[in-house]
Amino acid sequence: MTAVRRTEGGSRRRTRPGPVARGGVAHAPSRTARAVILGVIGVFFLVPVVAMVEFTLRKGLGGGHDASRWIALAQGGLTGQYRQVLVALANSVGLAVGTVLIVLLLLVPTLLLVHIRFPWLRRVLEFVCILPISIPAIVLVVGLAPVYSLLSRLAGSGVWTLALAYGITVLPYAYRAIQADLDGVDVRTLSEAARTLGAGWRSVLFRVLVPNLRRGILAGAFIAVAVVLGEFTIASLLSRVNLQTALVVVSKADPYTAVIFSLLALTFAFLLLLLIGRLGAERTRPRRRRPIGGRP
Amino acid sequence: MTRNTMNTAKTITATKTTTTAPGRGGGTPAAAAGRHGAVVEFSGVTKHFGAHRALDGFDLTLHAGEFVALLGPSGSGKTTALRALAGLETADAGTILIDGVDVSTLPTSRRDMGMVFQAYSLFPHLSAGENVEFGLRMRGVAATLRRNRARDALALVGLADHYDRFAHQLSGGQQQRVALARALVTEPRVLLLDEPLSALDAKVRVALREEIRRIQTELGITTLFVTHDQDEALAVADRVAVMRDGGIEQVGTPEDLYSRPASPFIADFVGLSNQLAGVVRHGFAQVYGTKLPLVDPSQADGDVLVLVRPEDLEFSGDGMAGVVVASSFHGSLRRTRVRLTDGAVVSVQHVVRVQPATGDSVRLRFCGAPVSVEAVMVSP
Repeated sequence: MTAVRRTEGGSRRRTRPGPVARGGVAHAPSRTARAVILGVIGVFFLVPVVAMVEFTLRKGLGGGHDASRWIALAQGGLTGQYRQVLVALANSVGLAVGTVLIVLLLLVPTLLLVHIRFPWLRRVLEFVCILPISIPAIVLVVGLAPVYSLLSRLAGSGVWTLALAYGITVLPYAYRAIQADLDGVDVRTLSEAARTLGAGWRSVLFRVLVPNLRRGILAGAFIAVAVVLGEFTIASLLSRVNLQTALVVVSKADPYTAVIFSLLALTFAFLLLLLIGRLGAERTRPRRRRPIGGRP
Repeated sequence: MTRNTMNTAKTITATKTTTTAPGRGGGTPAAAAGRHGAVVEFSGVTKHFGAHRALDGFDLTLHAGEFVALLGPSGSGKTTALRALAGLETADAGTILIDGVDVSTLPTSRRDMGMVFQAYSLFPHLSAGENVEFGLRMRGVAATLRRNRARDALALVGLADHYDRFAHQLSGGQQQRVALARALVTEPRVLLLDEPLSALDAKVRVALREEIRRIQTELGITTLFVTHDQDEALAVADRVAVMRDGGIEQVGTPEDLYSRPASPFIADFVGLSNQLAGVVRHGFAQVYGTKLPLVDPSQADGDVLVLVRPEDLEFSGDGMAGVVVASSFHGSLRRTRVRLTDGAVVSVQHVVRVQPATGDSVRLRFCGAPVSVEAVMVSP
């Protein structure tokens, strides 16, 4: 836990917080309170996962547990009986990549452009980006159906077309993640400083802005991946095959294996979130730390 | 200044003709004109923001190697003028010439300017040294040379041992020093300073403004310095241009501005002034029975407000009678406010050993050279 204090010349340094002044307001919960909160939340999330694992280890009506279903799956189930899950997984990964590309190529430049050149459009952009979160997937599909009907005639009905709809559904999450980072960086001054130093817009973007927004962009991208990997309604209603629709099909034939796949998908998403934290933490880490001091 | 920093300044200047890769700047007018001491000319520059006219036929010439301060109240257009020169704002009309070449249509990245911003503008993901190297990298300078020149530039601003520090490890003053080094290392034709000291503590501000002036003098680089702090402008600039409503009210040396203000606005804006009712007759102002010479003897006869500097009044045994209202200590001087018998309150600046108490009866008289009193405003 760190606090920020003003130093000579008005800059900020990170320091360890001092004890809370008598009669002052405590800004952080105590160690015990933190442990309790963490424990309750941990149990809340862990119980269903443990239940899922236990379910996949059941032998059947006879009782007892073993890892036979996990072993069977690892020994070739994926290439045989559950091959359609692999295909669906490939579809979902492809869709995730497509959705991330939409976020990176469309949303990030738009956000930067609005931030630097058209700040008065910021509220409008925020409204547009947040809007999809308030629209139920079923309503979205009803609205998109005619569009997809036309799209099918023009560009076919490949599963990749879902990326366009997913690009809309991930907008609120990606927007919040990137915007939060944008708010913490004086993008306008940094870009102007770079331009006065001889940088063209491409250098400004890739040498100055993207490195300083890396955490937000990565978070937006990975959240997009997580959303796409968990999406079912739109794919199902538009009759496309992705991981979630495939799992539903599998669960009708073998609910145990479907839960194993769900656990694997959950683990994948968890690892993605760990990766976000890891990459984001490296952003501002100095290569060499020295004690602060010297001239004003 | 230390001998080391002096040597560094010479090194930067000496290497500019042999080591600077022209890059995109090579095609700019600077290449032919020599890189320091460029002449900058604003001519009829106009800029609107919606219905607001930020610059209104702005004219100003910066001579080679000159340090000019743009001074004015908020909204007077001084930052817009500087940004127009940098290319960060596009002028609606008028031209901006550097060494006689119109740069109005050149993009910012090709104008070959160095700029220090009001906000801390170091790139957070780069160390101080890498920040300073950035402009050289954009010009395609080789890595080894880049590092050496960045170290020289950091030494010039007294931060030679801060090469590996990141922005969050530097104080505000240090960050602005690095920003100054970053702006200077490319040896730009013009240095632009957009209120670079306004976010700093008072003591750091004074130290850094003196250092900026020292470096500017050593390098001989034409500099445009925007500030709303008159002390800052008067202390460091060769000439000060006071702006008002998008145009220049007066340009002159700090002494000119202070002693011979061209308008009541200048007299009131630059320095402190007492406004006293008076009458102009035949090129002189009559104030409280005293005949005072005018800065502008062509002033038409009539009732006027006479602006008198606090240092041009003194306590005496005779003269205008009044009562001390308040007295404040300012370190090397003291200012005392006196209510005259007609109710007017005037401020007197005097030595600190004279310590009038509130309620004391005193007498005041005008003193100093004739130019110290100006009749500048016709009363309604």
